[in-house]
Amino acid sequence: MAERQYDWAAIAKNPKFVELHHKKSAFLFGWWIFSTVYYFLLPIGAAYAPGLFKVKVIGVVNFGYVFALSQFFVSWGLAHYYAHVANKDFDRLTRELVDELK
Amino acid sequence: MKKLIAAFTLALSLGTLAYAAEPAKAPAGPGASSAVTAPAASPTAPAVAAPSATPAAPAAAPLPLKKEIKADKTITIGMFAIIIGITMAVVVWAAKRTKTAADFYAAGGGITGMQNGWAIAGDYMSAASFLGISGMISLYGYDGFMYSVGWLVAYITVLLIVAEPCRNAGKYTLGDILSFRTDPKPVRAVAALATVAVTTFYLTAQMVGAGKLMALLVGIPYKVSIIGVGILMVGYVVFGGMTATTWVQIIKAGLLMSGAFLLSVLVMAKAGFNPIGFFSDIVNNPNIQRHVSNLVLKDGVILSGTDAGQRFLEPGLFMKAPLDQISLGLALVLGTAGMPHILMRFFTVPTAQAARKSVIVAMWLIGIFYVLTTLLGFGAAIHVTPQGISAVDAGGNMATLLLAQQLGADIAPIVGDIFLAFLCSVAFATILAVVSGLVLAASAAIAHDIYVNVIKDGHADQHEQVMAARITSLCVGAVGIVIGITAEKQNVAHLVALAFAVASSGNLPVVVMSLFWRKFNTAGVISGLVVGTIAAIGLVMVSPNMTYPKVVAAGAQKAITALEKKQAALPPGATLDEKDLKALNKAKADYEKNKDGTSILGLDKPILKLKNPGIFSIPLGFLAAIIGTLAFPSRRSEEMFDEIYVRQNTGIGMAKAIDH
Repeated sequence: MAERQYDWAAIAKNPKFVELHHKKSAFLFGWWIFSTVYYFLLPIGAAYAPGLFKVKVIGVVNFGYVFALSQFFVSWGLAHYYAHVANKDFDRLTRELVDELK
Repeated sequence: MKKLIAAFTLALSLGTLAYAAEPAKAPAGPGASSAVTAPAASPTAPAVAAPSATPAAPAAAPLPLKKEIKADKTITIGMFAIIIGITMAVVVWAAKRTKTAADFYAAGGGITGMQNGWAIAGDYMSAASFLGISGMISLYGYDGFMYSVGWLVAYITVLLIVAEPCRNAGKYTLGDILSFRTDPKPVRAVAALATVAVTTFYLTAQMVGAGKLMALLVGIPYKVSIIGVGILMVGYVVFGGMTATTWVQIIKAGLLMSGAFLLSVLVMAKAGFNPIGFFSDIVNNPNIQRHVSNLVLKDGVILSGTDAGQRFLEPGLFMKAPLDQISLGLALVLGTAGMPHILMRFFTVPTAQAARKSVIVAMWLIGIFYVLTTLLGFGAAIHVTPQGISAVDAGGNMATLLLAQQLGADIAPIVGDIFLAFLCSVAFATILAVVSGLVLAASAAIAHDIYVNVIKDGHADQHEQVMAARITSLCVGAVGIVIGITAEKQNVAHLVALAFAVASSGNLPVVVMSLFWRKFNTAGVISGLVVGTIAAIGLVMVSPNMTYPKVVAAGAQKAITALEKKQAALPPGATLDEKDLKALNKAKADYEKNKDGTSILGLDKPILKLKNPGIFSIPLGFLAAIIGTLAFPSRRSEEMFDEIYVRQNTGIGMAKAIDH
């Protein structure tokens, strides 16, 4: 199969690609750092703020339990938020870029 | 060729069945064999289950089993046979579709996002998650739940950083991504070695765990289980390649989710479907209260009644070394994204969108599973009692199975047996799915990176590539069986944690830098991989995970002193009872055997206090990759950055990877 040759350096300078790169980098690394920090609050909090984790929230269910459970919802929420932004923004920019190269 | 494959498959499945059925035919077997195998399984099983968090008393003598759990052999083996039958049918179907290297390694790129999501979940959730975490919750409450969180959060890294770029820029292996703009031969060779190291550690832990589990549950002898599981995994991979492996993983994920769901419904039914009431049941349960009182007593704290029950929902009953937990968390969050068998799954989908969807599907499955696991763990604590669970297995690994048996038996005794048998077959399918994925990843590294691209310079036709892949899988599988058998008596506790440590310290830094750092080059890949991998392994070798005979001897010495004191306190003429005498003799033997020994590296005691080296080895891996890169700059690598960066972001030029 004959492979199409691309001028990669030119694509990398294409305004569409530059926009994609900026938007994506900001989103990916920003949210990755957020999720990592949020996650490490759990073991750090459990070890160094046990008093807080013991505070009862609903019935016998305490803050620690709710916080651990929230990790699941934050992860799912972030995953869907990413999918939403990627489907809407990143994929659109990519498509426009590919169309431009045709 | 087709007929040959069909004949082989048939022979394999019959052979395995015959193996599996063999002990059932020997009526003299069950009592005797379980007595031999069960105690041996108890000290190691928790280790396999909870990699980081093995009970803090490795020196303690294995607890004698007061109770045991036995699945009904006929029903269980019948269910195993059904699973083997279905998966073998999948293999025959997949073998017909496996003609090219792309078919073998990546299922021809023809897996959908939804299918891949289920397969990732099936690939990832090992028997450790299935049995170990619920067991940890049933014995230590909150800490077990907290431990499970990291396994899901890890997928945020996979989703945001590696999944789509790997789909866009990769082909079959880690080596493909790393060699893109570097000197391919040395990079592929080192990448393949790193892959083989990670998968060997993980595979060994899985195989040994599988053998012990089958022995404990169904009474199939250890070696027979290993050989049976080994033959099946080799059969799936050699004939069916990635297509068969994927479907085995999907089937397993389906079984696992339905088992967890069914059992959770039963647990919640007992609590009247009232979640708040369920937690009150935990706090008010006298058995849990007594168990917690005993646990905290060791730390010199006195708690009783509902205070003790409430303590079960608070952190710190199990995880007493925060730095170790943080270190493990780092290894999980970064290591999952560096696991070769997980990375490989992204090459099976056609587009970046499908890769994205597959991670999200997997995150839902894995997350829901762990939330249900909480119900199972706490449910087992309420209904089976922590005392009952630890009497069967000190690490709590049998909690879910005991719960299933008991809740089923509440409906009718036969339902209990069927439910237990069903969960045993879920465990069986779980083992098969995970080991197959590992064998495939290791084989791809050896056959595709080393044989095809290093030895043959990439000049191998499709037929030769597939042949090489099949022969390699056969060899990897055979080696896996041999390691599994020889490691029976070894302490494999640390191997899962070690696999994650190597993946996070060696693989992940270089993958990320290949995709995102312009200056990154050959020297960076090699120094990052080598230093990261060696640092992780080296630190584990000097950590408390290893066996230190002098520490064991000191523990035995303490036991001897205590027992001798007890003897001295007895009235003249009286002797210790039989149990104590046995313990005394064992302690003396242990002391004699260990007093002059040293660990593998000749150490008297661990140098590193942490069981998880991630917090040191991950920064070392990153640092080595950066220093290596800056010390030996490469213009070519910098010039080619635009290409890989455009490719990984947009998928332009990806046709090369899926057209064949």
